[in-house]
Amino acid sequence: MSIILISIFTMGLLAMFFAVVLVVANQKLKVREDPRVEEIMNALPGLNCGGCGFPGCHGLAEKIAEHGSLEGLGCPPGGQAVADKIAAILGIETSASVKKRAEVFCAGTRANAADKAEYRGIKTCAAARMVDCGPKACNYGCLGFGDCAKACPFDAIHVAESGVAVVDIEKCTGCGICVKNCPTRIIALIPCDQDVIVKCSSKDKGAVSRKNCKVACIACKLCEKNSPDGAFVVTGNLASVADYKKCQQGAANTAIEKCPTKCIVKLN
Amino acid sequence: MDLVLIFLSAAIVNNFVLSYFLGICPFLGVSNKIEKSVSMGAATTFVMVLAALATWLINNYILIPYNMGYLQYVSFIIVIASLVQFVEMFIRKASPALYRGLGIFLPLITTNCAILGLALFAALRQYNFIQTVVFAFAAGVGFTLALVIMAGIREELDRAPVPEAFKGAPITLIIAGLLALAFMGFAGLISG
Repeated sequence: MSIILISIFTMGLLAMFFAVVLVVANQKLKVREDPRVEEIMNALPGLNCGGCGFPGCHGLAEKIAEHGSLEGLGCPPGGQAVADKIAAILGIETSASVKKRAEVFCAGTRANAADKAEYRGIKTCAAARMVDCGPKACNYGCLGFGDCAKACPFDAIHVAESGVAVVDIEKCTGCGICVKNCPTRIIALIPCDQDVIVKCSSKDKGAVSRKNCKVACIACKLCEKNSPDGAFVVTGNLASVADYKKCQQGAANTAIEKCPTKCIVKLN
Repeated sequence: MDLVLIFLSAAIVNNFVLSYFLGICPFLGVSNKIEKSVSMGAATTFVMVLAALATWLINNYILIPYNMGYLQYVSFIIVIASLVQFVEMFIRKASPALYRGLGIFLPLITTNCAILGLALFAALRQYNFIQTVVFAFAAGVGFTLALVIMAGIREELDRAPVPEAFKGAPITLIIAGLLALAFMGFAGLISG
C-alpha cells in the first residue's frame, strides 16, 4: 500500500515541478503574435491559391498585419470585398484596386494556325512543348491540351472546341495560377475593364508569323502609326496595347480596323 | 579512453537506429531530404543530451536514494515529454524558420523511443554524469548519421529505375535493412 502512495506522491511532485517549469517557460518564451493576423485570416477566402505571391493565406495575413497597409498586397480572388474587410480590421481606407483577370493571348485555332507536325505523346502542354516547342508551326501558340484548365482552382479556363483555351470571365478571379502553368507563357493578367487586346504572342518576324497563322500579329506597325496618342506599341515583332484607356477613342478604332490580320480584338 | 569507447560504441557500433532499431519512425519519416534530416538529427541530439542530463539527475538524486527504481519508466517519460515541450517553445521563439521546417516531427520527438531507450540504457549501465552526457551526444550523432545516410540514398533513389511494386515504402524498408546489415559489420569492434 505504501509503495502505491509513495509512487503517487513522487510522480505527483515531479509532474507538478515540470508543470510549473513549463508554465513559467510559456510566459517567458511566449511568441507575441499579432491578433490582427487571425482576424485577417478569417476575412481572407482561405483558398491558399497563392495568387497573392505568398504560399498560403497565412503568409499574406502576416505580411499585411506587419505592414499595416494594403499597399502592393492584396487577395486577387477576394477582390475589393475582401480588401474592404481587411481595411476595416486595420482601420484604414482602401484605395480602389483594379481587379484583374486572365486572358489567353492567342487566337490560333485549328482553323487559323498551321501545324508543323502531328503530336502523339503525353497529352499535356508541358510534354508537347518539350518536343520542338510543340506541334504548332507557331512557337507562341496555344497547344490546347489544357494545362491551364487542369491547374485552375476555380474552373474558369477551358480549352474550347476551336483548340484554344478560353477564360470564363464570370468565374475568373485573377489569381494567376494559369499564367504560371502555361508552358508557352501566353496567358497574362489584364485589368477587367480592358476591352481591347492584341490576341497574339508571336515574337517571330512578320513573314514567319504570317505563314504560321492567319491571325498572327505580323508587326506591320499600322496600329502604332494610326494611333498617334500611343494606344498601341510594337516591340519585339509584337504589337501590344500600351494604354487601354486610349483604345476607346476614334484614332484607336481606325487602328483596329486597319489591322491586316485582325489580331487586335475588341472584347465585350 | 573510456569516454572515447562510449562515444564510438553508441555512435557507430551500437547505433541506436541501425542496431537497436530505436527511433525508426523519424528514420523513415524525415529521411527524404538531407537538409531536413540534418536539422531533425540536430534537434533530436539536443533533446537527447538534455533528457539524459535530467533523467540522470532524477535517477541518481531521487529514485536511487529512495529505492524507487520501479518509477524509472514513468518518470523518464514525464521528463522527456516536458523537455520536448520546452524545446518546442524555445525553438519557436528563437528560430521560427526551423520551427516551421521541423513541423510535426518536433513534438513527435517525445514519442521517439530512442530517447527513452537512451535514458534507460544510461541508468542500466550506471554511467556517471560525464559518461552519460557523452553517451547521449554519441547516440544523437549516431541517430543523425543514420538519418543522413538514409536521406542521401533516398535522394539518389528518386532518380533510380525502381520497379513499380517496390516504389515508396518497400524500397525504403529494404534499404533500411541493408544499412542495418552493413552496420552489423562493426559488431565486435568494441564490446559494450
